[in-house]
Amino acid sequence: MTEILPPLLPLAVGIPLLLAAVGVMLRKKRLARHMISLGTLAALFIFAVLLVIATGDGTVLVHQVGLWDYGVSIPFVVDALSALVLMIMSVLAFASVLFAMATHEARARFFHPFVLVLMAGVSGALMTGDIFNLFVFIEVMLLPSYGLLAMMGAKLGAHGARIYVSVNLLASTLLLVGIALVYATAGTVNLAELHGAGKDDPAVALAGGVVLTAVAIKAAVVPVHGWLTRTYAMTSPAVTALFSGIHTKVAIYVIYRIYSLLFDGDERFLWVALVITSATMLIGVLGAVGEKTTRSILVFHMISQIGYILIGVGLFTLLGLTAAIFYLLHHMIVKASLFLSTGAIEETYGTGEIDKLGGMLKREPLIAVTFMVAALSLAGLPPFSGFVAKFAIIQATLAESHYWVAAVAVVVSIFTLLSMLKIWTGVFMGSEPDDLQERALTYQQRMHGKRYLRVQAQAETPTLTIGPPTATTTAVLAGKQAVKVPFKLIFPAILLAAITLFFGLGAELLMGWSETAAENLLNPLDYVRAVSGA
Amino acid sequence: MSIAIAVGLLTAAAVYLFMQRGMVRIVLGFVLASHAANLMFFAAGNTAYRGVPYIGSGELGEQADPLPQAFVLTAIVIAFSITMFMVTLAITTTTDDDTEDVEVSPALLLAADRGDTNDAGFFGLTTESGDIVVERGEDETGDPWPEKTPGTASSAEPGATAPQATAPTETQEGDAR
Repeated sequence: MTEILPPLLPLAVGIPLLLAAVGVMLRKKRLARHMISLGTLAALFIFAVLLVIATGDGTVLVHQVGLWDYGVSIPFVVDALSALVLMIMSVLAFASVLFAMATHEARARFFHPFVLVLMAGVSGALMTGDIFNLFVFIEVMLLPSYGLLAMMGAKLGAHGARIYVSVNLLASTLLLVGIALVYATAGTVNLAELHGAGKDDPAVALAGGVVLTAVAIKAAVVPVHGWLTRTYAMTSPAVTALFSGIHTKVAIYVIYRIYSLLFDGDERFLWVALVITSATMLIGVLGAVGEKTTRSILVFHMISQIGYILIGVGLFTLLGLTAAIFYLLHHMIVKASLFLSTGAIEETYGTGEIDKLGGMLKREPLIAVTFMVAALSLAGLPPFSGFVAKFAIIQATLAESHYWVAAVAVVVSIFTLLSMLKIWTGVFMGSEPDDLQERALTYQQRMHGKRYLRVQAQAETPTLTIGPPTATTTAVLAGKQAVKVPFKLIFPAILLAAITLFFGLGAELLMGWSETAAENLLNPLDYVRAVSGA
Repeated sequence: MSIAIAVGLLTAAAVYLFMQRGMVRIVLGFVLASHAANLMFFAAGNTAYRGVPYIGSGELGEQADPLPQAFVLTAIVIAFSITMFMVTLAITTTTDDDTEDVEVSPALLLAADRGDTNDAGFFGLTTESGDIVVERGEDETGDPWPEKTPGTASSAEPGATAPQATAPTETQEGDAR
């Protein structure tokens, strides 16, 4: 299998791009667009699983695109880390698309094509072995994201989209400058050829520092995290879930890859990473305290969790990297599950504000359980994957005698639990607000317009006229039928929550894979040898 | 040396423009910033070699390094497409324009010129009332750009009518700058 797979690697980029174009052309065939999108994501998942199996023993798969010689070619390289991240990301994209289909967002002509182009960029960014090509693929990822954000931003204001585009473009320009500096100092942009250059030559290290800074902006590491909280909460829950699992996480992957190859895990700079990650953990979790909506709390927690994931860079030991990679994979699943379960409430009841919600435990028990599972996993309680992840991270920091980092990690996880309890008591416990039903109906009518009214009219009161909602129609509908979250909106969150439970109980499986990935990062010579063919 | 000075000047101008409130100025700032990045690539390719980088056209040592030129070409295309997108963002939405407090937004100017006080909508997704009309467009007429009927909008956003009064007077002010 290790011989069949490498030539297929570029297809993981090419096929989603091609089908995105097909999707745009299928203008009036909505079902076909849905099927293309889900089919491609499922195929990508299967491909990623095959890659995980093939790289499970530490093998590095390489394909020199166009069969050019090493040094001239732009290689596609897959090791255990890229295969694992790709696998989880395709699951996430699948769940988010399911959710978007349930909220009718996916009916927009460009939704599915955008998601497919996004996934093409993700595959490329994870697989490429060339730092300039990495920049190109990150841009391929970002362009459809701008579209997705603006599409959904059109109803919430273009404000978020503007900040998002501006910050990411600034980071991209900085990345470009960094790559130019790397080329100027090291004379190559091939990651395998760059191996160790940052350790030997301070000029290359400085250039690599510019690249890492640019990527850190994209990863929303403190102190360059401010844009995340102002943009992710400004779009629709489906898009937030999709972005949360993909954009910042690809950036984290890039940080790991570059530090492993370019810097060869240089021990002189590790303390910088530890200071930054500790600040990220703390500031993220403290920022969540002042927030009033479920989604903005969760977005702040995302920043805090990014700190946990990047502890691995600061330790750069086998244990630390294994724990961090496990944490990365676990976090992508859990965070998306939380965004989707609170998003289901938001999409149905029209608000994510904690003050305006309440009593959901009685009204929506299924969502309550799903949320609880993911929230406890995020906070790090057994038997979910979060417990294993946090335990391993703290154990790794203690093994390196970084007691203050371990202390920060423990304190932050207590704050995380408190924040999750804040959402729990605000949204799920307590009494139901009186105007909950009414607000939900108004929101549904605003979102789905005539169509919603028509369906309701056929089901309940045939005399109801089709048209903009009036006070009477709202009142009639309110009396007749209770608003409830449809199962299709809950299903994606349940799917992801089940995965976190699975990886919590069967942590050994994922831990084994993470360890292989960590060994690859720790011994980048395997990567270099595989790419150079020596 | 000249490249270093050019990069410095471009970056300084770009940073100044980023700090402005108007979206168009921010976009111009990014145009300058991407020029600065492209010039750095040229510098990386060692501008001392000025020959044409074609095989057989001269001594290898005198030819320019073709790789940075290829990088720059790619970067220009990407920067251009994103610039277009940002310009679109600057003019599509009038009601939530962060720039309208301080100076008149280009979106308002355009809307005032057309006599159109409603949002143009983005990707044909919004109407004047802010509803998503994708299903209407696809189910009934197949037209992704629903025809605007400003007169019949029952629930137009309150902000949508405001530009009409303010925009024309501020147009001249905008021109004067």
